[in-house]
Amino acid sequence: MLETGQMTEERVREIIREEITRAFKKDQAKKQGMLIASKGTLDWAYPPLILATAGAAAGLDMSIFFTFYGLNIIHKDFEKKLKVSPVANPGMPMPMPMPDIVTSLPGMTAFATGMMKGMFKDKGVATIKELIDVALESEVKLIACQMTMDVFGYDQKDFIDGVEFGGAAAALSDARKSHLTLFI
Amino acid sequence: MANYTEDKLLDARGLLCPMPVVKAGKEIRSLDAGQILKIIATDRGAIADFPAWAEDTDNELLEWNEEADGSLVFYIKKGEED
Repeated sequence: MLETGQMTEERVREIIREEITRAFKKDQAKKQGMLIASKGTLDWAYPPLILATAGAAAGLDMSIFFTFYGLNIIHKDFEKKLKVSPVANPGMPMPMPMPDIVTSLPGMTAFATGMMKGMFKDKGVATIKELIDVALESEVKLIACQMTMDVFGYDQKDFIDGVEFGGAAAALSDARKSHLTLFI
Repeated sequence: MANYTEDKLLDARGLLCPMPVVKAGKEIRSLDAGQILKIIATDRGAIADFPAWAEDTDNELLEWNEEADGSLVFYIKKGEED
């Protein structure tokens, strides 16, 4: 029943505004976030987990697509696999200035990994295990990239419980329904 | 000073990002619309995080202030559910 003849332009504009506001409220994309985790070191395991758990706490349906070295983060052996190396990492804070040649000595990766874990613990930062538990608890969707799993020789049972498996199409399907997409 | 009485208190002192927000998300779910969650935090990032989080979750940050000991106190009123 459109009786435009009896409506002022102002009224028509008002109705359009209301309809647009309503449509935006129904916009599911603003409640979804999708991250790609591509790095497999201890330091780089934090950003996707922190953002996903914070997003879930803000009411977003979050998913993380783990690909290439990012698979380390959800591997059952993540505690052993996630390390940090001072080699070619001039941004890493060290207790004393260290020439590049020293950072590449045997044992330095274990040293740097232990140092970073210690720093995080002293400051009270959640551990990777705690963040994964929060992610699972808050229903963050964890998707392992099947293609890189095959290339690296991983089996589905190598991953923590709750992980799903998929490929580029699954990742993009989550991404196109999200306003928030980050590649980490 | 605060003119609000909380229905629930979240002590997030000593916790760092993202845990204060994660815990607040959990606590606010147990409240009814209009009830107030008081949060005490020591993470300086909370000063930016809680206003942003409250806006994203359609809850209302009524007030926040810094105590003499440096701890940060936030009062958040739960909004209407969708």
